[in-house]
Amino acid sequence: MDSMTYLLAFTVVATAATFATRAIPFVFLSRHSDHPLVQHLGRYLPAAVMSLLVVIFLLRSGHWSAPIFGADALVPSLVVIALHLWRRNALLSIIAGTACYMAIQQV
Amino acid sequence: MFGYLPLGMAFGVLFVTQLEYPWWGATLMSITVFAGAAQLLAVGLLAANAGLVEVFIAMFVLNARHLFYGLSLLGRFRGAGWRKLYLIFGLTDETYSLLTSRARTEERAQEQQNDFRITLFNQAYWVIGSTLGAWLGRAVTFDSTGIEFALVALFIVLTIEQYKVLGQSLPIWIGAAAAGLCLAVLPADQQLIGAVILATVTLLLSYRFHKRGNAELEQPHG
Repeated sequence: MDSMTYLLAFTVVATAATFATRAIPFVFLSRHSDHPLVQHLGRYLPAAVMSLLVVIFLLRSGHWSAPIFGADALVPSLVVIALHLWRRNALLSIIAGTACYMAIQQV
Repeated sequence: MFGYLPLGMAFGVLFVTQLEYPWWGATLMSITVFAGAAQLLAVGLLAANAGLVEVFIAMFVLNARHLFYGLSLLGRFRGAGWRKLYLIFGLTDETYSLLTSRARTEERAQEQQNDFRITLFNQAYWVIGSTLGAWLGRAVTFDSTGIEFALVALFIVLTIEQYKVLGQSLPIWIGAAAAGLCLAVLPADQQLIGAVILATVTLLLSYRFHKRGNAELEQPHG
């Protein structure tokens, strides 16, 4: 297939796979939404998922051997945390942290 | 709310600098796929000319955490009518974080309308960001090395926001510990879903202790 057809087919497949992951719980579990276990998960899972995403993607973005020990990823992360606690502006936190990371990686 | 603007730009820049496809490919994907992390990683799949079956499996696994997102929102989306389909479609990391961390009233229909508007704005920022990034990446030659860190930055921001809502850090430590353990013992392509499953099981186990200790913290859900 030519490259345009491939791009479109790729997009269709990626869309279907992504939507499937979002729709499955609603298709199979909608009767159980009042179950206290589901409520408990619904309350605490978001925070746990966000923090595990941070840990996994952070570890993949730094160099963890000597002499750096991950500082190339940890310093920009601290910039994000400090800025976000201070100003609580997501746009500012993300742009500043990313710019800091890019500057370090491109040295 | 604006988190998807810089992340979308990162995706757009990567799309045009790493691939030979026209800029609108980035816009199209952001309209139909609408998944931050998965789209950034899809650039690699496109570059490798991955087979379509492989694409389906990779995208499903990458997005498998969404299987658990719906759990938090089953009751909330009930009876949302025609909006429900879009609410489910738009359940990204950031949408999920925003919807689960905002204060809510008892007005279910009004709240669903607000949820719908948040999701729509989120996607608008994502699509605009992707398109701007794609144009920028085409027009300006600059070194985009490291731009994918926008993803990590977004997740850090979302974690802080979740902490502010819950007012307790235990779930955050559970998530971090689950990730650490899976990074140590699982191959790279299974770490994400492994950590989600481990964190979920841990939270289910914590339910019994929690029920006795924190009954007064349980908020009624609409």
